[in-house]
Amino acid sequence: MIKKMISCIRENRLHTILTPLFMVGEVGLECTLPMITAKLINALEDGADMSLILQYGGILILMAMCSMSCGILSGWFAASAAAGFSKNLRHDLFAKVQSFSFANIDKFSTASLVTRLTTDVTNVQMAFMMIIRTAVRSPLMLIFAVIMSVNMGGSIALVFFVVIPILGFGLIYIARRAMPLFKAVFKKYDKLNNSVQENVKGMRVVKSFVREEYEKQKFGAASEDVRNDFTRVEKLLAINNPLMLLSMYICMILIPLLSAKLIISSGGTQMQVGDLASLITYAMQILMSLMMLSMIFVMITISGEGARRIAEVLDTETSLQNPEPGVRKLKDAAGRPVELRVPVTEVADGSIDFENVSFKYNQEAKAYALADVNLHIKPGQTVGILGGTGSSKTTLIQLISRLYDVTEGSVRVGKIDTRLYDMEVLRSQVAVVLQKNVLFSGTIAENLRWGDPDASDEELVRACKQAQAHEFIMANPEGYDRYIEQGGANVSGGQKQRLCIARALLKKPKILILDDSTSAVDTQTDALIRKAFREELPDITKLIIAQRVASVQDADLILVMDNGRVVAQGTHEELLATNEIYQEVYYSQTKGGDDNG
Amino acid sequence: MAKPMPMRGPGRGMAPGGDMPKARKGTLPRVVKLLMEDYKWLFLLAMLLMTLYSLGNITPSIFIKKISDIILGFTKGASWEEARPEILSVLVVMVVLLVSTIVCNFFYARIMAVVTQGFLDKMRKRMFNKMQALPIKYFDAHGHGDIMSHYTNDIDTLRQLVSQSIPRLLQSGVMLVGMLGIMLWYSMNLMLVVLVAVFGMSFAVKHIGGKSASNFIRQQKAIGKLEGFVEELMNGQKVVKVFCHEEASQADFDKVNAELCEAATKATRFANILGPVMGNIGNMLYVLIAIVGSAFITLKTPNASLSGLFYGTFGTVLELSVVISFLNIAKQFTGQVNGIAQQFNSIVMALAGADRIFRLMDEEPEADEGYVTLVNAEELPDGSLREADHRTGVWAWRHPHKADGTVTFERLRGDVRMFDVDFSYVEGKKVLEDITLWAEPGQKIAFVGATGAGKTTITNLINRFYDIEDGKIRYDGINITKIRKPDLRRSLGVVLQDVNLFTGTVMDNIRYGKLDATDEECIRAAKLANAHDFISRLPQGYETMLTSNGANLSQGQRQLLSIARAAVADPPVMILDEATSSIDTRTEALVQQGMDALMHGRTVFVIAHRLSTVRNADAIMVLDHGKIIERGSHADLIAQKGTYYKLYTGAFELE
Repeated sequence: MIKKMISCIRENRLHTILTPLFMVGEVGLECTLPMITAKLINALEDGADMSLILQYGGILILMAMCSMSCGILSGWFAASAAAGFSKNLRHDLFAKVQSFSFANIDKFSTASLVTRLTTDVTNVQMAFMMIIRTAVRSPLMLIFAVIMSVNMGGSIALVFFVVIPILGFGLIYIARRAMPLFKAVFKKYDKLNNSVQENVKGMRVVKSFVREEYEKQKFGAASEDVRNDFTRVEKLLAINNPLMLLSMYICMILIPLLSAKLIISSGGTQMQVGDLASLITYAMQILMSLMMLSMIFVMITISGEGARRIAEVLDTETSLQNPEPGVRKLKDAAGRPVELRVPVTEVADGSIDFENVSFKYNQEAKAYALADVNLHIKPGQTVGILGGTGSSKTTLIQLISRLYDVTEGSVRVGKIDTRLYDMEVLRSQVAVVLQKNVLFSGTIAENLRWGDPDASDEELVRACKQAQAHEFIMANPEGYDRYIEQGGANVSGGQKQRLCIARALLKKPKILILDDSTSAVDTQTDALIRKAFREELPDITKLIIAQRVASVQDADLILVMDNGRVVAQGTHEELLATNEIYQEVYYSQTKGGDDNG
Repeated sequence: MAKPMPMRGPGRGMAPGGDMPKARKGTLPRVVKLLMEDYKWLFLLAMLLMTLYSLGNITPSIFIKKISDIILGFTKGASWEEARPEILSVLVVMVVLLVSTIVCNFFYARIMAVVTQGFLDKMRKRMFNKMQALPIKYFDAHGHGDIMSHYTNDIDTLRQLVSQSIPRLLQSGVMLVGMLGIMLWYSMNLMLVVLVAVFGMSFAVKHIGGKSASNFIRQQKAIGKLEGFVEELMNGQKVVKVFCHEEASQADFDKVNAELCEAATKATRFANILGPVMGNIGNMLYVLIAIVGSAFITLKTPNASLSGLFYGTFGTVLELSVVISFLNIAKQFTGQVNGIAQQFNSIVMALAGADRIFRLMDEEPEADEGYVTLVNAEELPDGSLREADHRTGVWAWRHPHKADGTVTFERLRGDVRMFDVDFSYVEGKKVLEDITLWAEPGQKIAFVGATGAGKTTITNLINRFYDIEDGKIRYDGINITKIRKPDLRRSLGVVLQDVNLFTGTVMDNIRYGKLDATDEECIRAAKLANAHDFISRLPQGYETMLTSNGANLSQGQRQLLSIARAAVADPPVMILDEATSSIDTRTEALVQQGMDALMHGRTVFVIAHRLSTVRNADAIMVLDHGKIIERGSHADLIAQKGTYYKLYTGAFELE
């Protein structure tokens, strides 16, 4: 995890190193200041003249200036190092997600990925800056100050060796006890917020059932629960400050006492009054750095959680990869050996073959999502797929463009196993209009050009005409420049589906797959789309998943799926004569029409 | 996956447009006022303790001066034994004082833990209770994320304000005044030096701090932008894959990411610089006091001090011990000024957060001028109704008449009529116009039309989520504005197309329809809704926990649960909004059966997204741009060969 994080420093290495270096300068100067000041005061006591004072004063001011410059530079570099670090971290995260296969994407929820890319990275960035600044500063300060005070006060500095362990162990003890409590409380807090979210989202239900009072009681109880837990943690943390004060005051009482004894009994030879003031300054510095250290400890533990979740994404191995480049010896259809250079960079034709294909989403899963599928589809054929929810229609088509890898058997496109293709080549030749399709914020034309960035305006229009989208696009004065809101919120479901089909057509694929992509399109338009496919795109192999029999009944081949298996295949007439499921669906959908003749 | 900081969306909580978050005037006093209402004595006690320990915190510098004096008095040729009693007597007083300081601090912290968490709890409840009273309009007009951020970001900043900023300000104030007092007492000359440094510090805060704040806002904006981008892309990640658009997305992301990096660098840069600048101004002050102090002593400059006035030594030369203790005071003094500077940003942010909470609390609650209530009734032998004090199964509208002071009872039947209803969400943009329709008890009325035709809007008017602009709606002959809203809504059941389930068991979710329903009643409702079968097959049956809106159920199953929930409430009138998302034919048949069973014997308004359900309706209203353009039974409308006919034969899209 830490290694992954460190690798994100990259071009910020110089700034990352300069930050603590200047910090050493700042701390060093800051710690020598009290010593020189002590000299100044002692000189005063001895009745020195003004020139000596000015001399010391000049040195001191110069030192403060240098210390300030070091501080500014250190802060300056720290800012760009930390921001640059988090930039790289976000870049890596995003790039990793881009490399994810469908199986990987299924594993992480959208919300959790967003949190990782924003809140978690921000927390890690804060921790990073803390590590290169404060985590360097505090221990340095501690060490410098201890050395200085030993140097100056001699045995009096022993006081610190009594106080530091007391405070140090105390703080660590509290932090360690508070951490798990904090984590538990935050979980509860999370739950509380989730319940508010539920309430806000379901406000219509709440009001319809007049459940306002009930909701108030529910929330009240949860809120009090959070309060009690939080109060408990904060009461525990309430010991922090008094502990700090106690250590500080022990120093403040013991140091003057011991110093007074030393100064008076030695007649001011071993120590002077000026040293006393400086010793107390060092005491403050030491205790402050201890306090900071315990804070860092807590902060890093908290952001450690975020770092762990970021690493979880970064460590995820992409489950699908391009084949190793090289030459594979295979046998052709007639059984003659042929050599094939992989990854294959061209899809020969739009034929699709499933040989004994079985598939499960998870290695550990007991049941197969898809079992024993054998299919042979010729280029240019139109294939309809019917079946209930959970019959694995979507699973079947996702194997064709290698969105998932088969568990057993093989899927061949253009007579070559999908696993031998360069994935980008395969996917650009197999266009899938997904069931849960998405348009992105941008103009219609921009969205369409996802299919082909270099498409000319004429090509856009042609694809939209084929998908029966041109007409409604032109019905709006802005035409192809109309802005689509995030998720396509400002077009109707049917319009969105037609735009998605046009976008897929622009890829000029050899195989086109529609996964229930015309469910919201009216039957007449649906028929027009199929007519356009038939007449204008005869060479493309078309696979159509649909709920409506009407959408598939004129296909060359219809597959009926049930429970992960292809239970029947044939033409409309054949299936209507022989297949029970097909009959059931067909009659349930056409009965209404008969009634009203 | 639990988040460490719950729901802390970084881009949220900023004023729209990202201007400097500015709180309205009177926000701070209002926070303090509420705090005093809730925890007057505890809070005051905490503040008293804090004042005491703050004062205690200054005392060491006085003692150090005293001890330095004693040491200086004894330096040459004196023995430790002579000096010891004097020094020890000073130290004993010091020990007593400091121990009490520690005690004060300890109790202060504990009391504040109680006060802060208690106050936040009360504020959360205030906000939530207020929110329950707000009209649906509020929730339609405000993003859910924005509303949520009141409970997360804004409450967080409020905690910061109450537990840190206010006490820190008070404490620093007390200490600054105390130290000013000490400085005045010992030496006004040296105090002037300190004040010069303070002036320099406030200058630095104003310039560097101001730059940091404005860059901080840019950073927030950039984070918001990045968050939006990431959210959209992550949602469409599968589409990105299918179109091999990874590299283009990465390039777009890198652009947004670089913007954020630049803004973040600047924001942190200025914040980082402020610390060393302030600290070293403090250091220079330290030196300056030493130099000036020694100069005063060497040059024998007269010292002005209150102690001088008191002891009659005014104008004599400065003592060295005064200089030494000033070194410490100066350090503490600048430390406190620094502390206030650090609090400054968070106070501005916290007040902006508090203000947003207050804005929510100041929202106009849903008005309810209704006075007709729904009561249990029993029928008298003569057929008239009388109010009953127990569940009778018969419900009646209790209608007091102001004019003559009488009370009449009207049986709850479920007769809904609309007369010439007009409605607009935004003034001047009519969404519904001249809607007239009636539904007699037991009738089924279906609404058909394209997206935006106004189907859902009509149902929003019947249960008064929104109020009509013109016209009248009568329920059992009573104008619905006269009916108390809770009673009106209790008489209307709703099944919405977006199903909202709550965290809890399946049983809890069904019981949501009627809180005092027995398990048997709930199961009966589930059976009626066709939900019993799938529930029984769940691992823990009715006790299965549902989380995140029933994520472990299919869309169809959730729909069935929401039907069961409406069934257990058993209202005479139902509003059904069909689900649009495609469920397969078999589940759809189950849902349809459930809906049919629920509709039986009730007045029903159906918003149809598929025409298969509409055919057996008593009346079908075809809506277009807020007007009813066709009405009649299925057979009538087919015969008309108008819009409905086209829809039915598939020439138009419905959704």
